[in-house]
Amino acid sequence: MSTVMTTKERLAIDRIHMAELDADSRSRNFDEVNRGLTPEEAVREAQRCIRCTNRQCVAGCPVGVSIPEFITALADGNLREAARILTRDNALPAVCGRVCPQETQCEAKCVRGIKGEPVAIGYLERFVADWATTNAAELGDEPLPPSTGRRVAVVGCGPAGLTAAGELARKGHGVTIFEALHDTGGVLRYGIPEFRLPKTIIDAEVARLLALGVTVECNVIIGKTLTLAQLREEFDAVFIANGAGLPVMLSIPGENLKGVYSANEYLTRVNLMGAGRDPDSTTPIIAGKRVAVIGGGNTAMDCVRTARRLGAERAMIIYRRSEEQMPARVEEIKHAKEEGVEFVMLTAPIAIGGDKDGWVATLRCLRMELGAPDSSGRRSPVPVEGSAYDIAVDVVVNAVGTRANPLLTATAPELELNRWGNIATDDNGATSVAGVYAGGDIVRGGATVILAMGDGKQAAVAIHDWLNRR
Amino acid sequence: MFDVISNEVLAPNLHQLVVRAPRIASSRQPGQFVMVRAEAGEERIPLTIGDADAAAGTITLFVQAIGASTRRIVAVPAGGRLRDVAGPLGLPTHIRNWGRVACVGGGVGTAVLFPLAKALAGAGNEVTTIIGGRSARYIILADELGALSRELLVTTEDGSLGVQGFVTHPLADLVADPARRPGAVFAVGPVPMMRAVAELTRPHGIETVVSLNPIMIDGTGMCGGCRVLVGGEAKFACVDGPEFDGHLVDFDNLADRLATYREAEAGHVCRVSGKEAA
Repeated sequence: MSTVMTTKERLAIDRIHMAELDADSRSRNFDEVNRGLTPEEAVREAQRCIRCTNRQCVAGCPVGVSIPEFITALADGNLREAARILTRDNALPAVCGRVCPQETQCEAKCVRGIKGEPVAIGYLERFVADWATTNAAELGDEPLPPSTGRRVAVVGCGPAGLTAAGELARKGHGVTIFEALHDTGGVLRYGIPEFRLPKTIIDAEVARLLALGVTVECNVIIGKTLTLAQLREEFDAVFIANGAGLPVMLSIPGENLKGVYSANEYLTRVNLMGAGRDPDSTTPIIAGKRVAVIGGGNTAMDCVRTARRLGAERAMIIYRRSEEQMPARVEEIKHAKEEGVEFVMLTAPIAIGGDKDGWVATLRCLRMELGAPDSSGRRSPVPVEGSAYDIAVDVVVNAVGTRANPLLTATAPELELNRWGNIATDDNGATSVAGVYAGGDIVRGGATVILAMGDGKQAAVAIHDWLNRR
Repeated sequence: MFDVISNEVLAPNLHQLVVRAPRIASSRQPGQFVMVRAEAGEERIPLTIGDADAAAGTITLFVQAIGASTRRIVAVPAGGRLRDVAGPLGLPTHIRNWGRVACVGGGVGTAVLFPLAKALAGAGNEVTTIIGGRSARYIILADELGALSRELLVTTEDGSLGVQGFVTHPLADLVADPARRPGAVFAVGPVPMMRAVAELTRPHGIETVVSLNPIMIDGTGMCGGCRVLVGGEAKFACVDGPEFDGHLVDFDNLADRLATYREAEAGHVCRVSGKEAA
């Protein structure tokens, strides 16, 4: 049917809006906010793709998903084929369909976006990936390539490591992922909340990799349990993707008071350990009635929306620039606002005050105004003289960023680092040590899930070439 | 999964577990710890590696059952399994030959002290060990520590074994005597005890190392939940420690932060047993 549609007919279809849980009820539970498309909606949206020849959407995707092909298969109602194409190109499509900033990547390049709204590529990816999970039996097992007899160690089970593992396993290499925590997924598990990415999705994506023969060993900390040198003896190549999980401190007075959390601690307690979310969890959390989250990125949005769900009456974003300059996705900001989050803009914290028992009581802030543009063209915030005031709070969450964790590199002096302590690599992810590659946040500093996945995919190609040359 | 080889009761609520963990057994050094969960849903609990046998592939853990999660860990019998054991974590103890050293342990801290005392004795130090507890029932590892010490002094609060009083009493005598004064003191135990030891050695300028026990979540440096103030600077005990210069530690802040979840812990006991927590 869709094959006979004209471009004009395709252009006449309006972009779908995905159903969401009602803001009032969802802001008090951890259920997924975005509900996904119905099969009818998905096919209709897929028909909006005009199958243009320049395929700019693919260039906008860091892992190079064959977007027009999977969308065409979907528009034709051939879900098996759509799933086959999508899972071939992307190790974690159900994750990407949910957390990628499509508005700045594939969808930003869609030609339909020039005169109207781009095709909802992310929604379609999510739909097909979820279909593939639900219908895994119908899809059958992917045929495995013959074993090359080569073994590759992957350090870290986050998005970069999982992607590289999938790519390498598909090329016939034996892959073992070493993960420091007790569960898989890295930031997908401990960082991104259940209401954006249900943990069952990660389990399903990891299961797909296990079916490809990938081994995951949790509770192994490379740099402590085993050194990089030991991995190099045991494996033919190594891919390091252990992330940037080291919180940057606020470095203001009062940071050690009870009730002050780093975003990593706050989110890890809730997401990985189930604090305040899973009735069977024994990990506690100080939920807070008045919670101030400092920062303007997606992590800050995750923290503040979590605070609402843990029962906060006032959940505030404290950001020193203005809303237009926030690095968070527009959708996250919108969702947070709908859920009752207060946005306190052009405000910088200068001290945290405590009560006599050592608990957080106030956040002392300065009002800011935007000054002249700096060398990068961005207008820097400057404090307004005499504007200091206190906000009453009982929990403060620091979401200003993370840096490279030196746990591995401290015991691997052979690895060259850059001046930020990140692992230095060439354009293919090769480090200063032959056969050792790196990617994701340990190379880039705190970045996005999809960029980490792109690194994993690219490094896997380079590792495969390197193994073939030996 | 990590097999529990043996589980013995050393003192009331204090268990010694020998656990099969070959990789940790071969890489661990004195002063390091592991993060442990008995089963899914449980908290991650930091436990010092008390001893290790690389050949047998085992590590020894001393666990004081004081809350829901530690009770779950000590309830795993020999032949049972712990779901998660991750490590070795933290920096190893800086071991060198000071000539004379004093090792001071309070309560379950004595178990944490044991690998340090063993390593210090192994490095040629003349070790004086002082261990204390509420009563004779709480004194642990006396024979093991006695075997590697030149002198072992025991104190109990009720006088049921050794000298009546706190570990600081014999330590004060030691420090006051130029012929016996240690070049360094290692203290492990409750916060008030470590603080008292640090205050006692400070005027004499004796290097004093304490092993801190803040709340931890991951134990790998990714969250900062275990941060402590050392010389006015925030340090992460899991990666920068757990041992620090006792003269620079802000013990008030440590004690305060350790109380963060007291209500939550009491509440939890409440739900499980149907009773108020003690």
